[in-house]
Amino acid sequence: MNENTKARLNGLLLSAAHKIGLFLAMAVICLPGLWIVLASFRPTVEIMAKPPVWIPGDLSFDAYVAMFSGVGQGGIPVIEYFRNSLIVSVTSTAIALAIGMAGGYAFARFRFKVKSSIFLGLMLTRTVPGIALSLPLFFVYSKLGVIDTHFGLIMAYVALNVPFTIWLIDGFFRQVPKDLAEAAQIDGCTRWQAFWQVEFPLAGPGIASAGIFAFLTSWNEFALASQLTRSVNSKTLPVGLLDYTAEFTIDWRGMCALAVIMIIPALVLTFIVQKHLVSGLTSGAVKG
Amino acid sequence: MKGWRPPAPFLLLLPAIVVLAAVVIVPLILSLYSSFTPFRLTQPASLYTFVGFRNYARILADREFWTAFGRTVLLLTVALNVEMLLGLGLAMLVEKATSGQRLLRTIMMFPMMFSPILVGFQFKFMFNDNIGLVNNALQSLGLTDQAIPWLIDGSLAFTAILVAEIWSSTSVFAILILAGLLAMPKEPIEAARVDGCTPWQTFRYVTWPFIMPFAYIAMTIRSLDVARAYDIVKIMTDGGPAKRTELIWTLVSRTAYADARMGLANAMAYVAILLSILFTVYFFRKLAAARTQIAAEW
Repeated sequence: MNENTKARLNGLLLSAAHKIGLFLAMAVICLPGLWIVLASFRPTVEIMAKPPVWIPGDLSFDAYVAMFSGVGQGGIPVIEYFRNSLIVSVTSTAIALAIGMAGGYAFARFRFKVKSSIFLGLMLTRTVPGIALSLPLFFVYSKLGVIDTHFGLIMAYVALNVPFTIWLIDGFFRQVPKDLAEAAQIDGCTRWQAFWQVEFPLAGPGIASAGIFAFLTSWNEFALASQLTRSVNSKTLPVGLLDYTAEFTIDWRGMCALAVIMIIPALVLTFIVQKHLVSGLTSGAVKG
Repeated sequence: MKGWRPPAPFLLLLPAIVVLAAVVIVPLILSLYSSFTPFRLTQPASLYTFVGFRNYARILADREFWTAFGRTVLLLTVALNVEMLLGLGLAMLVEKATSGQRLLRTIMMFPMMFSPILVGFQFKFMFNDNIGLVNNALQSLGLTDQAIPWLIDGSLAFTAILVAEIWSSTSVFAILILAGLLAMPKEPIEAARVDGCTPWQTFRYVTWPFIMPFAYIAMTIRSLDVARAYDIVKIMTDGGPAKRTELIWTLVSRTAYADARMGLANAMAYVAILLSILFTVYFFRKLAAARTQIAAEW
């Protein structure tokens, strides 16, 4: 009997410890983000208060109103930045997906020499740090006159996204059994038809998540954008965030509000991809 | 006469190769060339003076550069190891959870969607010595009566950056290791338990070898993108105070854009690129080895 209660107590303790650990971990993950959201609704006085005000007294949308009221009233051209971010991210994602589908299909369905070296080579172009790449790109772009344009940024982001898109899409095509496309070809489809009628629909959800991942990369990129953009013509949101920092003062509330604006699309999209993202990454890499 | 038709995979890969050549390879060749010149943005003519390895010689003798280099390697080593351990722990916590797994997994992905620049800003806000959450909490709890200068003191600032870096990237490890744990067949674990293994032995000799490839996938993905620490540091401290948190990437950007010494900066950038490539190739080879091992066992 003693043994029994001891074991039961142990089990209870373990499960309590597990719950507490889980709760703490989740709190650490969530807290910084929630704190930003909260701060964006609080008046500056309360954010700066000493001693700190823990229970928010007066919440309002003032920061958002100020942000969208344009330059001059304490606002920054958020709408333009948002538009730039959207144009650049969507276009570069679309192009990267088209290129990535061709490349991923080649890796998943064909055998050819030096396959793994080509794969590694593609990945290595991705490892070049953004800031290191920005030096020659800055020079080339200013010679070509495409600095501070959407086109320049889109090209850079396509190149940034292609390697990873190929990796993911390769993984998704591998999950589609080869026999299906072969059966379709025996039934009289051309290879091209077999691809669009059979393999593409099956790999579709995966390809969509590769797209969302590429979108997020472009949406969040800073190192290249900070050098290749100059004005409202092409500045994206991450670069725009720095508009709130002056030499010695920072408009914390405004920055928090902009941060919330930036995170919402990312949040929604990540929820959609989460399942496929992991399966794409692992199937390509583990099954080889 | 039949014309030569290029093989299909080559045609399919052609667009990718063209884009990468145009936007990455060619500019990099240009920057390799300019790293052998004293090129300054303010003096375009200096692009055509060839000085051989003078820039590299200068870097090799530059204490500031090697300090930044060492700090970068230190940051990456500590961050990657801690992320790996925390990610493993987090994945195992979530895997053990009996209910609400879907919600937990979603929360776990939360930091992944934060742009690095946002992570930097967020932690700059939290670690602010005057109004930051961390100091406010410490003071309200009475743990300290003075404001701790998180981002003003050199080593504290490095710690703060490390925390930000770890917060933002642990989830990559956690998610992929969790995928490994969920894909793992349950029989070997039960067999080990029946054979009298302790929980630690079960983990070490059954679970760990199985999830190792997943950990390496995470490592590889992370190593593709190590330079994102630049964004975090750029906004948190911008290499300050007094260059105490200067990483190789912030040093490159300062030399290139603030000092306008492109040639020298390109030489530094090449060292940074080599560092990244080294990390990636290392993990790719580990991944390949783990993969063949698994393929042999299955």
